[in-house]
Amino acid sequence: MAFNIYDFTTFTKSIHDGLSSQLSPTAVLAIEWTIVGLAYLLFVALFGLFLVYAERKVCAAFQQRLGPMRVGPWGLLQTIADFIKLLMKELITPKNADKFLYNLAPFIVIIVSFLVISVIPFAPGLVTFDFDIGIFFVTAVSSVGVIGILLAGWSSNNKYSLIGAMRSGAQIVSYELSVGLSLITMIILAGTMQISGIVEGQRDLWFIFKGHVPAVIAFFVFVIAGTAETNRGPFDLAEAESELTAGFHTEYSGIKFAFFFLAEYINLFIVAAMATTVFLGGWMPLHFGDFEGFNQIMDLIPGLFWFFFKVLAVMFLMMWFKWTFPRLRVDQILNLEWKYLLPINLFNILLMAAVVLFGLHF
Amino acid sequence: MKAIYNYIKEILQGIWTLLTGMRVTAKYFFTPWKHVTQQYPENRDTLKIADRFRGEVIMPHNENNEHKCTGCGICEINCPNGSIEIITKTLVNEEGKKKRAIDQHIYHLGMCTFCNLCIKACPTGAIVMGQRFEHAVWDRTLLTKVLNQPGSKIMEGVKE
Amino acid sequence: MDELKEVMITNDEIRTDEYLINMGPQHPSTHGVLRLLVQLEGEIVHNVQPHIGYIHSGIEKMAESLSYPQLGHLTDRMDYLSAIQNTEAVALCVENALQVEVPERVKYIRTIMAELSRLASHQLWWCVMGMDMGALTTFFYGLRDREDILDIFEETCGARLTLNYNIPGGVMFDIHPNFQRDVKAFIQKFKTKLPEYERLLSGNVIFTERTKGVAYLTKEDAIAWGVTGPTARASGFACDLRKHRPYSAYDKVQFKEILSDVGDTYTRYQVRMAEMWESISIIEQLIDNIPEGDHAVKMKGVVKLPEGEFYQRVETARGEFGVFIVSDGKKNPYRVKFRSPGFSNLFAINHIAKGWKIADLVAIMSTFDLVIPDIDR
Repeated sequence: MAFNIYDFTTFTKSIHDGLSSQLSPTAVLAIEWTIVGLAYLLFVALFGLFLVYAERKVCAAFQQRLGPMRVGPWGLLQTIADFIKLLMKELITPKNADKFLYNLAPFIVIIVSFLVISVIPFAPGLVTFDFDIGIFFVTAVSSVGVIGILLAGWSSNNKYSLIGAMRSGAQIVSYELSVGLSLITMIILAGTMQISGIVEGQRDLWFIFKGHVPAVIAFFVFVIAGTAETNRGPFDLAEAESELTAGFHTEYSGIKFAFFFLAEYINLFIVAAMATTVFLGGWMPLHFGDFEGFNQIMDLIPGLFWFFFKVLAVMFLMMWFKWTFPRLRVDQILNLEWKYLLPINLFNILLMAAVVLFGLHF
Repeated sequence: MKAIYNYIKEILQGIWTLLTGMRVTAKYFFTPWKHVTQQYPENRDTLKIADRFRGEVIMPHNENNEHKCTGCGICEINCPNGSIEIITKTLVNEEGKKKRAIDQHIYHLGMCTFCNLCIKACPTGAIVMGQRFEHAVWDRTLLTKVLNQPGSKIMEGVKE
Repeated sequence: MDELKEVMITNDEIRTDEYLINMGPQHPSTHGVLRLLVQLEGEIVHNVQPHIGYIHSGIEKMAESLSYPQLGHLTDRMDYLSAIQNTEAVALCVENALQVEVPERVKYIRTIMAELSRLASHQLWWCVMGMDMGALTTFFYGLRDREDILDIFEETCGARLTLNYNIPGGVMFDIHPNFQRDVKAFIQKFKTKLPEYERLLSGNVIFTERTKGVAYLTKEDAIAWGVTGPTARASGFACDLRKHRPYSAYDKVQFKEILSDVGDTYTRYQVRMAEMWESISIIEQLIDNIPEGDHAVKMKGVVKLPEGEFYQRVETARGEFGVFIVSDGKKNPYRVKFRSPGFSNLFAINHIAKGWKIADLVAIMSTFDLVIPDIDR
C-alpha cells in the first residue's frame, strides 16, 4: 500500500534484528528499553519546551501581544532560558511539610504522563506498547495522576495547596467518567479497544465523520472533559491564580515545579493525541471513501506529519478556549459534569449503539 | 417534555454565548498585524512623547550660556517635596552695587513628583519641564542635579 | 471577631471544621496590599476580616504641612484611577471657601476630564474583573483601550496617571489643540469596542452563572454600611452626586443615573458597564460646546482660606469622595479629612460574602472595585 513508504515497522524491525543477531534476548530487551526510554525523555523535554513556547505565542496572539521576543530570534530560546533558570533555582521544602510525600508527588505526576505516552501511536510502527486493552490502559493510568496532585497539596503544609488539591481531586474523579464514556462511545463504533485497531479502522474515513452526530458530540465532550482532567483553563480550579495563588504547586520551586509544569503540558499533549487517535484517525491521512486520486495525494504526506498536524490543531482549540473563558466555580464544575456532560454522554452512547446497530454510519 | 426542551435550550444557548466569546478572540488571533505591543528600546526613534509630558525639570540656557533664573526661590517654596534647593550668591557689579544671583539651582530628581507647581510659579519662566523620561542611573547621587550650567549667568533684562 | 479569636488562640480546643487563611497582603487578587483574614469551612466563606494599613502613607497628616495648591497633587496618589476627580474635589473645596467663580470653560474641561478618567477607571476595572474570574484575555483588551485615554491625558495634562490637572482656580493647562479631535476619535473607536466587551465577558454563560444571584447587597445594607458609587446604585440606592448635587458642568448635560434594585454581583457589573455608555454620552454632549475663555482664574501667590470648615464631595469612579478642610486662616490647613469611597465599600464585604465560596469572594472584591491606596491613604 502507498503509505508503506513512511512505515517505521521495517526500521524498528531492522534495529531489533541487528541487535538480536549479536546479543542475548535479555540484553536486546534491556538495550531496546533504554533506547525507547531515552527517546521518550528527549521527546517529552523538547516537545514540552516547544509547547510552552507555543502556548505563550498563541495566547499573546489572542491578546494582541507579541509574546516572548527577547531571547533568540522571535523569543525561540525563551523556554530554554526559563528551563535553565528553573534548574538553577533553590529547592525549597516548607517547614513541617511531609518531606517524603512532598518530594514524591512531582515524580508521580510526571511518571504517569510518561506511562500514557507509551501507548500513543505517533506514526505507523512508531508505538511502544500496543495492548488489546489500550484505551482502557490510558483511562486507568491517567487517573493515577490525581494521586500526585493530592499528595502535593497535602504534604506542602499550605492551606491554599490543600484547597487546590481537593478541588483537583473532585474535578478529576468526576471528569474521568466523561472521558471514559466518550471513549466508550467510540469503542462501540470501532469494535476494539486496541489502539492500532482503532487507527486501522479509520483507513476509509475518520471516526468523527464515520460516526457523524454521536461522534461529534463525543469529540466535544472528550475535549471538554480532557481539558478538565489536565487542569487547564477554564477548569484550572486547582491552580486558580486569582483565588489560590498557585494551588497545589504553590510551595514547589525549581525542578520540582518544572515537573508539574511539564506534566501539565504533556497531559495537554496526551489529551490532544488521544482525541486525534480516537476521533481524527491518528496518523491516518485524510481519506474519503472512493476518491482514489484524492486519497493517494493525501498518502504522500507522512503519517508522522498528519499526527502532529492534528494534535496541534486540537491543542490550538484547547488553548483558544483557555484564553477566552472565565474560570468555573467548584460547584459549577461538578454541575457541568453530573448534570450536563454525564446525561449527554449516556444518551450519546445509546445513540451511537443505535447508529452502529442499524448501520447508519458511513 | 417541557423540562427536556428547556434543558436542551439552556445547553444550546450556553454554547452560543461561548462561541460568541471565542469569535472575539479569534478575530484578533487571525489579525496578528494589529497587535498593540510596542517594543520599547527598538522603537525609540519613532517614540512620540507629548510636548507637555513632564519628565524632569530643566533650565534652558541660550547659546551664550545664559538662563533666566534670578534665584528668587519661589519654586523652592512651591515645591511640595523639597526637591528644589536654591543656593544664591551675592554679585558686586562695576558700580559697586550688590546683587543677588543664583549660585546653584539644585534639583533632586529622586524626590520629584512632577506636579508642575514650580514651573507654574516661576515668575521668569526660567525652568520648564523636559520630556526625557529615561532616568535610570546606577547611583542615586546622580539623581541630584544642578540645573544652572557651570559658568552660566542670568540673561540681560530679566528682572525679579 | 470574638469567634475569630476563639479559633486563633485556644490551641487546646482547636475547631477542626473551620480554618483561617490570609488572602494577602501578597495575593494575586487583592490588587495591592489588602489583607483579608478569611475564615473558611472547606470552600465556603464564614467570615472575612479586612486588615488595612499596609500602605498607609499618612496623606491626611502630610496635608497639614502643605499649602492648598500643593494639597491637590497629593490626592492624585490616593485613588490613582480617579486622580482627576480627587484633585477636582480639592479644587472645588478651596474655590468654594474663597468664593471664587471659575470660568465656564474650566467647568466644561473638568467635566470632560472627569468622565474620561471614569471611563479609564471602569476599563481597568473591567479587565481586572475578567482576570479575577480567570479570563485573562480581558485584561489586555481593557488596557489596550485605556491606553488611548492615557494618551489624551498625556497630551493635555502632561502625565498619564498622577496628573495634578485640576488646581484651585482652574486647570493646570489649557486643552491641547488636538484635544477635541482625539477625544472624538477615541469615542468613535471605543463605541465599537464596548459591545466587544459585552460579547466577550458579559454574555458568557460561565460568567453569568458565576455572578448572577451571588452575594446580594440590599439597599438598606448599602445605606447602613455607607456604600456609595456604582456598588450602591446596583442595590437601588440613588447616590449619584453628579445627578443629585451637580458640580462643574454636570447640570448642563443629560444623563441617566444607572439604578437597579437587584444588588447581586452581576448587577454591580452591569451598572458599571452601563455607566461607561453614560460617560460616553456626557463627553459627546460637552466636547463640541467647550466655551471660549481662560483656563484658570488668577489666584494669589499664597492661598489662605478663611477660618472655618469646608466640605466638598464629588462622584469618583468608585463612589462618593469627600474633602473636609478645617482652616484656621493660615496658608496650611489645620486638619484635612478625606472621605474615600473604597474604605466604606470594603467593610461591607464581610456582610455580603458570608456563605459564598472563595471564588465568589474574589468576584465580589472585583465588583467593589477596590483601590488600596484609596482605602489606606
